[in-house]
Amino acid sequence: MRYLPLTDADRREMLRVIGAKSVDELFRDVPASARLPGKVAGLPDHQGELEVERAFQAFAAKNVSPANAPFFIGAGAYRHHVPSTVDYMIQRGEFLTSYTPYQPEITQGTLQYLFEFQTQVTLLTGMEVANASMYDGSTGTSEAVLMANRVTRRHKALISGGLHPQYRGVIQTTARWEGFNAVVAKTDVDGFEDLIAAIDKETSCVVVQNPSFFGHVRDFTKLAEACHAAGALLIVVVTEVVSLGLITPPGEMGADIVVCEGQSIGNGLGFGGPYVGLFATREKYMRQMPGRLVGETVDADGKRGFVLTLSTREQHIRREKATSNICTNAGLCALAFTIHLTLLGEAGFRRLAELNHAKASELADRVAAIPGVAVVNDSFFNEFTVRLPKPAAPVVEALAAKGILAGLPVSRLIPDDPSVANLLLLAATETATEHGMAPLVAGLKEVL
Amino acid sequence: MSMKYTNEHEWIRVEGDVGTIGITQYAQEQLGDVVFVEVPAVGRKVAKGESVAVVESVKAASDIYAPVSGEVVEGNAALADAPGDVNAEPTGKGWFFKLKLSDKSELDGLMDEAGYEAFVKSLG
Amino acid sequence: MVQSLDRSQGRAGTAVTDATAAPKTFTGNRALQIEEPLIFEMGQAGRCGVDLPEPPKVKDRLNGLRRGGEIGLPGLSEPQVVQHYTRLSQKNYAIDMGVYPLGSCTMKHNPRINEKVARLAGIGDLHPLQPISTVQGALELIDTLAHWLKTLTGMPAVAMSPAAGAHGEMCGMMAIAAALDARGERAQRKIVLAPESAHGTNPATAAALGFTVKAIPANERGRVDLAALKAALGPEVAAIMLTNPNTCGLFESEIVEIAKAVHEAGAYFYCDGANFNAIAGRVRPGDLGVDCMHINLHKTFSTPHGGGGPGAGPVVLSAALAPFAPYPWIVKNGDAWTVAEEGTAVAGTPFGRLKAFHGQMGMFSRALAYIMSHGADGLKQASEDAVLSANYVMAALKDVMTPAFDGPCMHEALFDDSFLKDTGVSTLDFAKAMIDEGYHPMTMYFPLVVHGAMLIEPTESQAKEDLDQFIGALRSLTERARSGTAVEDFKAAPRFSPRRRLDETLAARKPILRWRPSNNPPGTDPLRQAAE
Repeated sequence: MRYLPLTDADRREMLRVIGAKSVDELFRDVPASARLPGKVAGLPDHQGELEVERAFQAFAAKNVSPANAPFFIGAGAYRHHVPSTVDYMIQRGEFLTSYTPYQPEITQGTLQYLFEFQTQVTLLTGMEVANASMYDGSTGTSEAVLMANRVTRRHKALISGGLHPQYRGVIQTTARWEGFNAVVAKTDVDGFEDLIAAIDKETSCVVVQNPSFFGHVRDFTKLAEACHAAGALLIVVVTEVVSLGLITPPGEMGADIVVCEGQSIGNGLGFGGPYVGLFATREKYMRQMPGRLVGETVDADGKRGFVLTLSTREQHIRREKATSNICTNAGLCALAFTIHLTLLGEAGFRRLAELNHAKASELADRVAAIPGVAVVNDSFFNEFTVRLPKPAAPVVEALAAKGILAGLPVSRLIPDDPSVANLLLLAATETATEHGMAPLVAGLKEVL
Repeated sequence: MSMKYTNEHEWIRVEGDVGTIGITQYAQEQLGDVVFVEVPAVGRKVAKGESVAVVESVKAASDIYAPVSGEVVEGNAALADAPGDVNAEPTGKGWFFKLKLSDKSELDGLMDEAGYEAFVKSLG
Repeated sequence: MVQSLDRSQGRAGTAVTDATAAPKTFTGNRALQIEEPLIFEMGQAGRCGVDLPEPPKVKDRLNGLRRGGEIGLPGLSEPQVVQHYTRLSQKNYAIDMGVYPLGSCTMKHNPRINEKVARLAGIGDLHPLQPISTVQGALELIDTLAHWLKTLTGMPAVAMSPAAGAHGEMCGMMAIAAALDARGERAQRKIVLAPESAHGTNPATAAALGFTVKAIPANERGRVDLAALKAALGPEVAAIMLTNPNTCGLFESEIVEIAKAVHEAGAYFYCDGANFNAIAGRVRPGDLGVDCMHINLHKTFSTPHGGGGPGAGPVVLSAALAPFAPYPWIVKNGDAWTVAEEGTAVAGTPFGRLKAFHGQMGMFSRALAYIMSHGADGLKQASEDAVLSANYVMAALKDVMTPAFDGPCMHEALFDDSFLKDTGVSTLDFAKAMIDEGYHPMTMYFPLVVHGAMLIEPTESQAKEDLDQFIGALRSLTERARSGTAVEDFKAAPRFSPRRRLDETLAARKPILRWRPSNNPPGTDPLRQAAE
């Protein structure tokens, strides 16, 4: 077996040194009733690389790759071009096969890129401090609510109807089992929601998304003021982080915690994961943050270096009083994010955002011209909602049969609300082309 | 008045009806370099045994419990910028907070200096 | 005297220069150790590492919220970016470089076929919300991995979506809370039992769900004290959280009795599967009576640790807990696969959803590639080699270091610090000296129940020659520590690493968590300083 360096001769010699007759002796603490006579039954034996690769190619052949189809799906995961440099660099073994930097003397590489990552996140979001990443946007949002509950010592979170439905689901699950109240506003298709009247003295936080799940771009300055007047925190979620190249950042609107799904920068779609959650807040709440934090310091020679810091918040020290049970972050995805953003820089990131907005604007105009189809949004970044004259789910299936990946029927994520049945969410990034838009428009005309 | 001690390694020094509270020399040695202290807000009413402050070193975090009941009259604001005072002078500049005692008889349940020394010795 | 295993090809007796005493270089660099500034100190306006087309002018639809001002991102060209991250990478230790004996973390070889298949077009580039008809192969892949995990553990169900081990713990404990809820006993059963030696995530998870954690003591053999456990069980106990093999690297020999007692008391058995690597393919946790167990795909099944994630923590569930598994999961109908998610008619009462989408697909691909490469025979062999290697290290060091417990260990060897008593050298100093010998230190000061603990997990991935050199290095360090003449050397270690010991107190007292221009007053910038 190619991964196992020990030879039979090695094994015999090692057993001799140990003073055991056989390896079975080393497993003698396993109760007799649980000892298997041999290997686990019903599973195949080892295979070479060639065979394994073939098996995966067979899996891949049963899927439709977005590279081979007109593609307009977003809804919290976006198809962007990732420069080759990113994927090459993150596969360097010194990054790929290192672990949490517990020994800072020999993990300065990881620590420095995380410090740079934290800084980039604060700049994008307009916030003061950021952590070294969360699992993804959805779990980060739920952690943000828990943090707001800790900060305010209140237990009622107010959830916007414009929040991604699966993010909402994660918060509701956490609320149910960890024991707080999650009040969910009604689905906000049109982007007119006003949550200010719903804030009261028990509200720990208000959770909104910008652009919203339905694509609307909103100004939350007044909402932030109302939150602060009531002693609550404003949590702003961004599922398309590229939008921050073009839209006023949540920090400037008065957000207290910002959570982003960072997948769009550096990370492929990957069928939903692993992604990377960005988490930023105000300096005064720093010690209530979940997750790992990297800080600057000096070494014994006085040279600048970086360490994991403020770890007394974490589970391995605080145990049952920890701010979160989180152990790992999304280190390698954070690395992909930070490398891609470094390649982009100020000019590239802004231009990327402009390109996305231009492509989506073009698509919106073309789709709006189809008889019976209405674009719901006045404002959007690279994704918007359209109302079809019939239910969207079968339309999307019919287009898929023609080889077009046409967007998300909203009913897939909000199955219990018949009013959204005809809604289709369409996204266009810099990867969208005339080649893709024309078949989509033609296909829609045909199946409607 | 002399100091009294708890088995959580807090000390209290009472003058009039106000007690000053901190952690002992033994406790600061166990913690190592103190990096952060969270002191309670003035006006907070606390019960004996209630967790009222937090002290953190790089590798450990400890809750500080009220040795007696009372109302917080002052927190040591200087510790925010100089948490090392807890290491340098745990029973001096490194005090945590002051309480206006609501029941002085609670002091009777605490150890005196000799009792505390014996207690520390018993920990090995 | 320990025989030198110096592989530098130098002649014995050649003078070795103390690197720290070497003259300063103009650049501050030391050959391959290159001082690297932050990207924010390198950037120039007018440089960019990508070429994007000019965006067409459109009337913006941003609701008047166009971002003004500078974001502050630095501009770097592509070659600068490549050099920056290459230089940073060279400041890291990694599995690819050698023995990485970090106990409890299972730093085994990460095969590159895993990386390749995870990136295949049609797998790595799929959108999670594509029409189900266009992702049949992806669903089959997840279902195939699920089948392996269920079969290897002997459990009937698996929840695939947890993003990491700690997230898997949350999943398992939520399933337990949901099962208690269904029985109408959630308000009554508020206590979770966990050994003192538990991973910190166990009490953190239980406490987050409103349970009170009660520690159960270990016996002198480092196992759960069965009598004490039985005495602690009762109608208020919800579950026990137990790692097996445990955090001391030992198999809980009375685990079947433990499970039986827990079930008789009406409670559930959560097994922390962090140490599954010792037994995968050889023992099925389902045969031990567990109700749920998370599996760290980045430990047992070789997905890369990536500098601290991403991980993946699927949770296998017993028949009692399976009905409460969270959304989503994969269902096979005849020849077609579908996803059970909100709005789908399902049997059972899912406790909710743990994250958006379907779980860590990229990790599923890698883990499945590893599992298929090994097969049932190879997995068994890997576990045996992991256990053999740990016992070999233990046997080869037990005369100079002090094993915490008698008898064979599983996949990790645990020592306490009594061999360092009165030497003036601490566990930390000993570990830092290992860095100068070219090793990543073992896990230190964990588990908490052993004084000055050193937990060594060699894994199955190291050749015997490399284990021998590692053993030789540790033996040499113990000799030096006990000689009484090298205390200062230990305190000053490491000296040959890119950085020497870092001031963690300073970092925590005055946290600097981001770069700001003011972080580097003149004279402190490492590059400028070197040039001055």
